[in-house]
Amino acid sequence: MKSYWWKFLGAAIVLYTIIAGLLGSVPALPILHESIRVVYFHVPMWFAMLLMYLISVVYSIRYLSSGKPEDDFVAVESVNVGVVFCVFGLLSGMLWANITWGDPWPNDPKLNSSAIASLMYLAYLVLRNALDEEQKRGKLAAIYNIFAFPIMLVLLFILPRLTDSLHPGNGGNPGFSGYDMTGSMKWVFRPAALGWMLIGVWIMTLRYRIRKLEYLENEHTQ
Amino acid sequence: MSFLTQVRYLVYKEMLLEWRSKYALNSILLYVVSTVFVCYQAFRSVDGVVWNALFWIILLFASINAISKSFVQESKGRQLYYYTLVSPHAVIFSKIIYNVVLMLVLSLVAFFFYSVVFRNPLGDPLFYFIAVVLGSISFATVFTMISGISAKANNNGTLMAILSFPVIIPLLIVLIKFSKNAMDGLDRSVSYDEIFVLVAINAIVISVSLLLFPYIWRD
Repeated sequence: MKSYWWKFLGAAIVLYTIIAGLLGSVPALPILHESIRVVYFHVPMWFAMLLMYLISVVYSIRYLSSGKPEDDFVAVESVNVGVVFCVFGLLSGMLWANITWGDPWPNDPKLNSSAIASLMYLAYLVLRNALDEEQKRGKLAAIYNIFAFPIMLVLLFILPRLTDSLHPGNGGNPGFSGYDMTGSMKWVFRPAALGWMLIGVWIMTLRYRIRKLEYLENEHTQ
Repeated sequence: MSFLTQVRYLVYKEMLLEWRSKYALNSILLYVVSTVFVCYQAFRSVDGVVWNALFWIILLFASINAISKSFVQESKGRQLYYYTLVSPHAVIFSKIIYNVVLMLVLSLVAFFFYSVVFRNPLGDPLFYFIAVVLGSISFATVFTMISGISAKANNNGTLMAILSFPVIIPLLIVLIKFSKNAMDGLDRSVSYDEIFVLVAINAIVISVSLLLFPYIWRD
C-alpha cells in the first residue's frame, strides 16, 4: 500500500472525472452545447502523451550513459503508451471537430503537427524493428529519440503559434487560463489531467515489467 | 591536432575524394535536372503555389539521395582508422560542412535550372534566394545525422526516408511559408519570424548532433 498508492489515486480520479464529466453541470454555450465535455477527455490525452514522451527521452539519455537494458525498456514502453494516447487524442478531437467545426480534419496546424509528431514516434518503433542486435538497437533508437524530441517540441508548441489555429492558445486565441472555464469545470478538468497521467505511467510500468520478465526468461533459456 | 585543423583536413579529404570520382556530384545533378524536366513535361505551366511546392519537393528528394550516401561510401576499416586519429566531433562537423557545401551547389543549380525551365515571376528574388540557402543548410544538417543513424542500421533506402521525413516536415512547412512570402513580394518584416525559427532549429540540430554522434561512432 505504501508504494502503489498512486495507482489507486489515478484510478479513483479517472473514475471520478468520467462520472462528474458526464453528469456534472456545464455552461450552455452556443455551438458547443454538451460537446464541451470533450475537454475532460481530449486535452488530458495530450498531457499524458507529452509526459510519456518526456519519460521516454529522459530514459533514452540515461540509457546512453548507463547502457542498462532496463532503461531502454522504459524508453520504448513509454513511447508505446504515448502513441496510444496520441491516437485517442486524435480520435476524440476528430469526433468533436466533426460536430462543432463540421469537419473531422479541418486544416488546422495543431492537428497536422500532432499527426506528424506521431509519425516521428512510429518511425522510432520501425527503427527498432529494423535492428536485431539488442545493444545496437537500444543505442540507435535512443539517439533517434533524443534527436527527434526537440523538433517535436518545436512542431507542437512553436509552429502552431506562428499561424492561425482553431485551438486555444494559438494564433492570438487566448490560452486555457483566458477561457472562463467555470469553477465546477476546473474541478473536473484539472484532476482529469493528473489522473490520466497516472494511468499512463501505470500502464507503462506494467508493460515494462512484462518486457523485463521476457528478457530475463530469454537470458535463462540461452 | 586541434579541433579546427582536424575539421579542415577532413573537409579537404571529403572534397578531394569527391573531386577525384565526381560520381556523387554528377549523378545528383543529373537527377535534379531530369526531375525538373519530367515535372516540366508533366505540368507545362503552373501557378505560384504549385511552383513553390514543386520546387521544394524536388529539392527534398534530391537532398535525401545526395546525403544518404555520406556515411556508406567509406569502409568500416577506414572509419576505424579515423577513429584512432580524430575526435568524433570533428568527423560529424566536417560531414555537416561538406554536406552544406554540396547542398548549396545542388540547390543553386536546381534553382537556376528550375526557374529557367518554369518561368515564374518572383516578387522578392533576394529573399527567395535566402530561403533557398537556408533550406539547403537545414536539409544538410538534419539529413547528415539521420544518415549516420541509418548507415549503422545498414538497410538504407527506406529507413532513411522513414526516419528523416517526420523530422524534416516542420522545417519544410516553415521554408514553404517563407519562400511563398518572398515569392509574393510581401514586406520583408513578415518573414523575420520564419528566419528566426529556421536559424534556431538549425542551431538545435547541430548541437544535438555534436552531442549524440560520439555514441553512434563508438560501435
